[in-house]
Formats: sequence, structure tokens, C-alpha cells
Amino acid sequence: MTDQLIAPPATRVVDRASARAFVDEFVAPGADASDRAGAIPEELLARIGDAGLWAPFLPAELGGSGTDMVTLGEIHEEVGRGCSSVRSLLTVHTMLSWALQRFGTIAQLRKWGPELTSGRVLGAFCLSEPGAGSDTAAITTNAVPRGDGWVLNGGKKWITNGQRADLYLVFARGPASTIALLVPRNTPGVGVKPIDDMLGTRASMLAEVTFDNVELDSDALLGPSGFASGMVLTGTLDLGRYSVATGSVGIVQACVDACADYASKRSVGGSLLREMPLIQAKLSDMVTDVRAARLLCAEAGRLKDLGDSSTIMATWVAKYFASTAAAKHSAEAVQIHGANGCGPEYPVARFYRDAKIMEIIEGSNEIQRMTIAAEAYRKWVP
Amino acid sequence: MSDTTSDQILTFITNRFPQAEITEADDIFSLGYINSLFAMELVMHVEKAFGITIPNTELRIDNFRTAKAMTELVHRLRPVAVA
Repeated sequence: MTDQLIAPPATRVVDRASARAFVDEFVAPGADASDRAGAIPEELLARIGDAGLWAPFLPAELGGSGTDMVTLGEIHEEVGRGCSSVRSLLTVHTMLSWALQRFGTIAQLRKWGPELTSGRVLGAFCLSEPGAGSDTAAITTNAVPRGDGWVLNGGKKWITNGQRADLYLVFARGPASTIALLVPRNTPGVGVKPIDDMLGTRASMLAEVTFDNVELDSDALLGPSGFASGMVLTGTLDLGRYSVATGSVGIVQACVDACADYASKRSVGGSLLREMPLIQAKLSDMVTDVRAARLLCAEAGRLKDLGDSSTIMATWVAKYFASTAAAKHSAEAVQIHGANGCGPEYPVARFYRDAKIMEIIEGSNEIQRMTIAAEAYRKWVP
Repeated sequence: MSDTTSDQILTFITNRFPQAEITEADDIFSLGYINSLFAMELVMHVEKAFGITIPNTELRIDNFRTAKAMTELVHRLRPVAVA
């Protein structure tokens, strides 16, 4: 008990069950309203911090609970079931927090770790540019050494939580290769322009973020600046992909729940929808795919927990399968709901719009398929 | 069955690229096999296989250019590694 009194107060155990209860009480009920408002309420952001959900995988000394990756995926699935916009905020916050944990110095960890775990500082991931999305080699934002620090110039687009984040993880062309920089939003020269009216994840507070002669100290550099600097990007995107994959599983589960409920209440020609074979076929495919996608995510998470390098390809596959399933089944969910599915009274239209985004972010599905195919080819000698 | 650090690293590389015919002294970067994905896999493999954590200061290209260089890195970070 004495230890508890002197231990960091933010530490708490979070798992699927606690995340599910939190989502059902605080996230899902307001998801449609957030979608229409184009923002997540500040009260909910604070509650996420109180629940220990921002970065639970960070160690206890940084205020986290050392959550394993399988459990983290389950948490993101549950949040994705309730609201893909909230899950998107968790995704980019997770990416920055993971990169800090993996590549940060002791000083960087002490400075930012507890702030990120509590949610007092929210993170965003700044990679995409107007001319560079999945093509990361095409980024033009550049960082030039000056004195002991850096001068950053350029612009990023479609930055999830760019409107609200306090700390940006910015990828820029450095002297030898792409480097990662931690850029506080309040640094002079940082500009933020909201992007509204996107197709999906409309409450994820997207923004353009610009850097006009932004002067940064040497401690802004996260990770190495040479050959391995690309690993910061590779590793961070891997975590992002994992989060999107699990969030996509959540979308499919939400489709199952919504359709089972609707089909059990809606009658056509004197029969409930649930009794119709074509509706049963759609439901059975949803249930089958959600289980398969969940298993792929669990496998990717298990390999991450083992430190096994094959997790990277496992995550590509999980993200491809889960996001494709989400797009397919959310379309079917709208179909099952008919005209009701196209309006604001049911959540399936939101699922449909959000699911499409999952096929594009953290590497478009076309890029994923090229990478997965390359994995198959490279094991065969002509 | 590999019984040395260098052999284990070479086995990992050739399992990923069966067409590769390399020795512990060959520059794997010059052979065109390395992209950011494989670089990440390679670092993760070395860390897991030999129970080490590679600090930022050691994440330099020269430490990963050859199986021999990676072996020296492993031995430097884990002096009791299998020789």
C-alpha cells in the first residue's frame, strides 16, 4: 500500500474489457455528433487520458502500464468499434509515443513521456505532403543543420489531429536521408490550417501544418540521422498500420452489431429481415471476416511482443485484409439498412465513409498489395 | 544449423533472399537487397536473435554493411555472445 502512495498515479491496467466499457459509455454514444461537428469534444479527450488509453504501452516510470501489443490492438479495436475518428487520434498519438520509446534519448523520454501518457500533450504524425502520400521518398520538407540545431521548412497535409495536437513528429529531408524531428506546435514558424469536410473520420481534426524557418534545438532530432533514420519511419508506420488494422476490425464488428440489431427489428412483407437468406448470407460473411481479421491482428501483435521481424509483413497483411473487409461490409451494412442506412438516424453511413479511409491511410491498399506480392516473389528464385 | 553469430546473420539474409550468394565480407547494400523494410527487419532480427538492444549511436550503416560488421556489433554489445 505504501508503494501505491508513492507510485506514479497515472498507472492503471487497461484491457479489452475496460476499453469496451469505456467506449460504450463515453465514445460510441457521441460518435455521430462528433462526426457532424467535425471534432472530438475536449471532455472526451480528457476522459481518454483519465482512463489511461492514450499510450498504455509506455512503461510505468513514464506513467503507462506496459501494455503488450496484443492488448493494445484489442483496445484500438474497441475504440474503432465506437468511433473511427477517436481511434485515428489514438493511432497518431501511439505512433509518436512508440517512436519516442524506441528511439528517444533519456532526456526526450523524461520530457515528453509522462505528458504523452496522460494526454496533457497530444501527438500527431506529419509525413504526407500535397505531392507525397504513400510515396514517402517524394517528401520535400527539409531540415538544415544550423549551429547545434535545425531549421525546418516545408508543409504537411492531411495530418490527423493536426488541429489539436501539441507535438508533431515531422519527417523531413535531412543532410543524408529522411530524419524525424519532434516539433512543439507553439514553436515560432509553425502554422496550422484546418481541413474540413473530408469523406470519413470527419472528427479526426485534420490539418495542413506548415513550417516557415522553424528553429529547433538539437534535442528535436528523434533517432539517428544516418542510414537507420528510415527505421524511425518504417517502425512508426508499422505501429500505425497495426492500429488501423485493429480499428478496421472494430468497424466490421460495429457493422455486425448494427445489422444484427436492425435485421431483428425490421420487417419486409411480413417477415423480419433476419429470416431472409440473402441477409443471413451478408451477416455470416461479416461474422466470418471479423474473426479472420481479428486473428490476423492478434498474430501481428503477438509477433511484435516477441520482437520478431516477421511482424512487419504480418501487419501489412492484417491491415490489407481488415481494411478491405471493413470497406466491403460497411457497404453491405448500408445495403441491409436500405434508405435508413443512408441517413443520420443509423450509424452505418458513418461506418461506410470511415471504412473507405482505412483503405487509404498508412499506406494505400495498392501499395500494400505490391509489398505483399514482393514478399512472395522474393522467396522464389526464377 | 548455424552455430556462429555470422552464420546466423547470413542465414537470415539468405532465407529472405534465396538468390543471394554472399559471404560474411560482402557489402549487402551494394547487392541491392536493402530497402527500409528489410533494414527494419534486419535490426529487429539481430536484436531478438542475440538478445541485445542496439542504441541510436550504433545504428550506423557501417555496422550493417556486412555480416562480419554485424557480428562485431553483436559482440561489442554482448561481449559474451557465441563466438
